[in-house]
Amino acid sequence: MEQTQHDRPRRRWLTSGDRLIHLFPVPAVAVYTLFVVYPIFAAFTYSLFDWKGLVMGRFNFFGNFRTLFTQEPFNRMFRNAFSHNLFYFAVELVVQNVVAFVLAYIIFRKVKGAQFFKIAYFLPRLLSIIIVGFMWKLILNPNMGVLNVLLNKIGLSSWTHAWLGEPATALPAVALVNCWFGIGFFMLILLAGLQSISPEVLEAARLDGSRGLGYIVSVILPMMFQPLVIVAVMTFLQAFEAFELVFAMQGSLGEPYYSTDLLAVFFYRTAFGSNAGDTGNLGVGSAVAVVMFFIIATISGLFMAFVNRRQAE
Amino acid sequence: MLTTAVKRSGIYVVAVGYAVIALFPMLLMIVSSFRPNVDILTKPLSLPKKWSAVSYETLFVKLHYASYIKNSVFVSAVMLALLLLFSVMASYYISRFPYKWNNGLFFYFLIGMMLPIKLGLVPLFLLVKQLHLMNSLWSITLIQLASSIPLAVLILTGFFRTLPNELEEAARIDGAGHMGMLLKVLAPLMKPAIGTVTIIHFIGVWNDFFFPMIFIQDEAKKTITVGMLKLFSEFTTDWSVLFAGLTLSSLPMILLFFFASRQFMDGITAGAVK
Repeated sequence: MEQTQHDRPRRRWLTSGDRLIHLFPVPAVAVYTLFVVYPIFAAFTYSLFDWKGLVMGRFNFFGNFRTLFTQEPFNRMFRNAFSHNLFYFAVELVVQNVVAFVLAYIIFRKVKGAQFFKIAYFLPRLLSIIIVGFMWKLILNPNMGVLNVLLNKIGLSSWTHAWLGEPATALPAVALVNCWFGIGFFMLILLAGLQSISPEVLEAARLDGSRGLGYIVSVILPMMFQPLVIVAVMTFLQAFEAFELVFAMQGSLGEPYYSTDLLAVFFYRTAFGSNAGDTGNLGVGSAVAVVMFFIIATISGLFMAFVNRRQAE
Repeated sequence: MLTTAVKRSGIYVVAVGYAVIALFPMLLMIVSSFRPNVDILTKPLSLPKKWSAVSYETLFVKLHYASYIKNSVFVSAVMLALLLLFSVMASYYISRFPYKWNNGLFFYFLIGMMLPIKLGLVPLFLLVKQLHLMNSLWSITLIQLASSIPLAVLILTGFFRTLPNELEEAARIDGAGHMGMLLKVLAPLMKPAIGTVTIIHFIGVWNDFFFPMIFIQDEAKKTITVGMLKLFSEFTTDWSVLFAGLTLSSLPMILLFFFASRQFMDGITAGAVK
């Protein structure tokens, strides 16, 4: 809010000054409107029409949505991809964030070499996700990949797998690679959260004799409400728009047998076709985007409402 | 009761253990890129007997690696320059002038934070086609620019609001206009905020794969990340070349990080939490 004593000189100065100032936000608004806002909302319109290749056909009401939810193979693939997104989200929420918290806590408690560890944990985040995918694809290769070679060497030959080739291990493997990529980033956010807790509170809890796991659960975590919610929301957004890692490691068909298919991969394939020879359908593809929009908007909205209520109390 | 020494070493096992998990794949990638292919495939875990840069030569001779790099540099540089210009102008306006619609403008930019631009891919595809920007580096530059604006405006607006009004009042009495104010009075103070915005979005634009994959098919226009796709389809059995490609693509980012690791880490958390 502007202070009243500033109001009068400022107004006079504005009317007498150059009017060009009103043009200042124009470039940002224009580019952002054209390339972000318009496309996201135009997807709604597109989903209501038939499409012949790149040409918009007749108005079709909710026909594309009917196709998506009732017609083989769309309905089955949609459910399949959706359940994989949930799994992906669960793995990230638990593995990625628990490991990130443990590492953040270790650095917070000023272990020797903390600065080195912080940098080491963060480094993977600098790589392009496509590079992460290709790199791990080589590491997880069933014959020559380092992981299986290592397992053989230490006498755990029975543990070796064609990690990315077997439906049972492929999705967990991709999800864990995603955790590897994300941990350093979430570690930093949680570390910032830990560092914002007032030292007096921590000191008081120490004097009360609070120690170990109980100390973390009953003293630290309640003070971390805000950063933990931010982490949860970001994990959710990440999991529900994930595309690149699966595309790099398992292709646009989410191989093997769609066992690593995610909504964004399904969306891409439905709209633009895949190397399996099916042609794309921009109408049904847009319908997938609209459904994803509602899933993301609803869940993020619920998160936010929850935070606001908690803060109001 | 655990002794402190045991607990200490337990903590170190975890700290060092995860450092190995984080760093080993990257070290493997770099070391392997300097080894002959046969070596990698027969003894992937042993240290190289001799180092060779043959794979790097292959990248430049058989692939358009030099032009991939040039294109990535172009897209990143133009995108960042426009992003800073546009978002500083918009943020200055939103945070320093008392107009009623400024809150609305701010919220309009906020919408873009929660919704993934990927969902607009189909309309974006047709838009880029209509604008005749298919296979043009401008397509990805503009899309990256547009989708980076919300976060940049958010960070810069927050920053402008922390600056005291008195600064400008004094300059105004000296007769400075809006432009003079921004360039002479505020710009020198904005360095940290501009650094943050630059680093966050440089990581984003340099590493982006999704949009270049959709909009760039022309070999001469490819950026490094999409160039990787070709590498992986043509050199499936030559892992040395594959690792060299991966290493070379990551190198600029990693080198920059070693010069400014603090700014990178501060920047990226500032971007996330604000």
